[in-house]
Amino acid sequence: MTGSGSRTAAASVARTLARRGLRISLAALLGLAGVYVLALKFTPVELRQGPAQKIFYLHVPAAWSALIAFSLVGVTSALYLWLHDPRLDRFAASSAEVGVAFSAVMLTTGPIWAKPIWGTWWTWDARLTLTLFLFFLFIGYLALRASVHDPEERARFSAVVGILGMLLVPFIHLSVYLFRTLHPQPVVLKPSAPSLPPEMLRTLLVSTAVFTLLYVGLVTLRYALALAEEARDEAAEATDAG
Amino acid sequence: MAESLRLALAVAGKDIRAELRSRTALLSAVVFAALVLVVFNFARDPTALAATDLAPSVLWVTFALAAMVALNRAFTIEREHGALDGLLLAPLPRGALFAGKLLANLAFVGTVEAVTLPLFVLFFNVDLWRALPGLIGVTALATIGFVSVGTIFSAMAVRTRFAELMLPVLLLPFMVPPLIGAVQVTSRLLAGRPLSEMLGWLRLLALYDVVFVTLCTMAFSAVVDE
Repeated sequence: MTGSGSRTAAASVARTLARRGLRISLAALLGLAGVYVLALKFTPVELRQGPAQKIFYLHVPAAWSALIAFSLVGVTSALYLWLHDPRLDRFAASSAEVGVAFSAVMLTTGPIWAKPIWGTWWTWDARLTLTLFLFFLFIGYLALRASVHDPEERARFSAVVGILGMLLVPFIHLSVYLFRTLHPQPVVLKPSAPSLPPEMLRTLLVSTAVFTLLYVGLVTLRYALALAEEARDEAAEATDAG
Repeated sequence: MAESLRLALAVAGKDIRAELRSRTALLSAVVFAALVLVVFNFARDPTALAATDLAPSVLWVTFALAAMVALNRAFTIEREHGALDGLLLAPLPRGALFAGKLLANLAFVGTVEAVTLPLFVLFFNVDLWRALPGLIGVTALATIGFVSVGTIFSAMAVRTRFAELMLPVLLLPFMVPPLIGAVQVTSRLLAGRPLSEMLGWLRLLALYDVVFVTLCTMAFSAVVDE
């Protein structure tokens, strides 16, 4: 009886969280529409890059959210191995999934901008390579999660991958950096980082806030989903046992 | 410490004896490496690219793929007949167990590499003699790093569905820094460049080894203990 009681409680927590996540995500999506208007209508066109530069207002905030997502996976993974709290594992899983989505946005908007500006879709620049490998790493993380059945074992395995992944990042960065400085590549046209005019900075900051909100909303939704799935699995097991 | 080392060597000895009795995994890994070399030879255009320019990358991609095949084996043998449960029940610190598996894997991958190297010289007509001591050193340095990550991942991968696919997907990103470093050092060794030009890479490889061997030894108990 207590088992079914806690299941109902978990399910109701999941419902509350899902509603909250949905509300936050919808607000963020509305904000995103606002960012489009702000970026296209009320922000000046960059002199040298022209309209292509507008993608900057999506690309950079998406990269920002992906970075937050992956850092938090690393931190919660380390905490999980210490505290063994299933909430940390659920959060890491949700954050990884949302992070992969934001990385996909970053990795598609990047080349779209790079083709007209750099003259190439892709270059093996340190930052590009690093983000690509982070993306692969977290795809692997999610693939691992999907292929371990036992929840407790899944949590331990993915926490280990999360921690090792966090430590891999500086190594990839360092080796790609060394690789490039020793082998100079043809100099591609790269925008020097100009101090942004205030209107552009404003749009960027608004967009970053919107993307952060979207991250929070999506992770909340995903977390609620994970809770609901667990409750369903437990209920199914209880039915099987009964 | 001495006791842990003795236990680690016992675990490694068990793995090596088991492998020497059947030899199937070792033989297939060696044949696999030879095949990769052959395929590479046909994958390049000999008129466009000299064999020596391509040699370091070919060597290291072959080593990486062969290591992957070898690592898949490490814990599959423990899965049969609940052998891993037996190992875990033994009064054996987890660190020593990990070190033992790591040593056995290093012996295994090292053997495959040692057999691949002469074949590589044969197929790609590279003059190795001068560079051989350095090459052995950098191979050891790079191999320790990725085999240690590979050992812990193979312990996880055998407990998943699609184990053979899971290991490469997880391990390949971790192979990137050692592989980049090893290829860079190898090409400088083959070109007879001075040591000072490789020092940065060698430091990076050594740092990778220290960080990941330590971390994997510590994390191993989280993988095997329920």
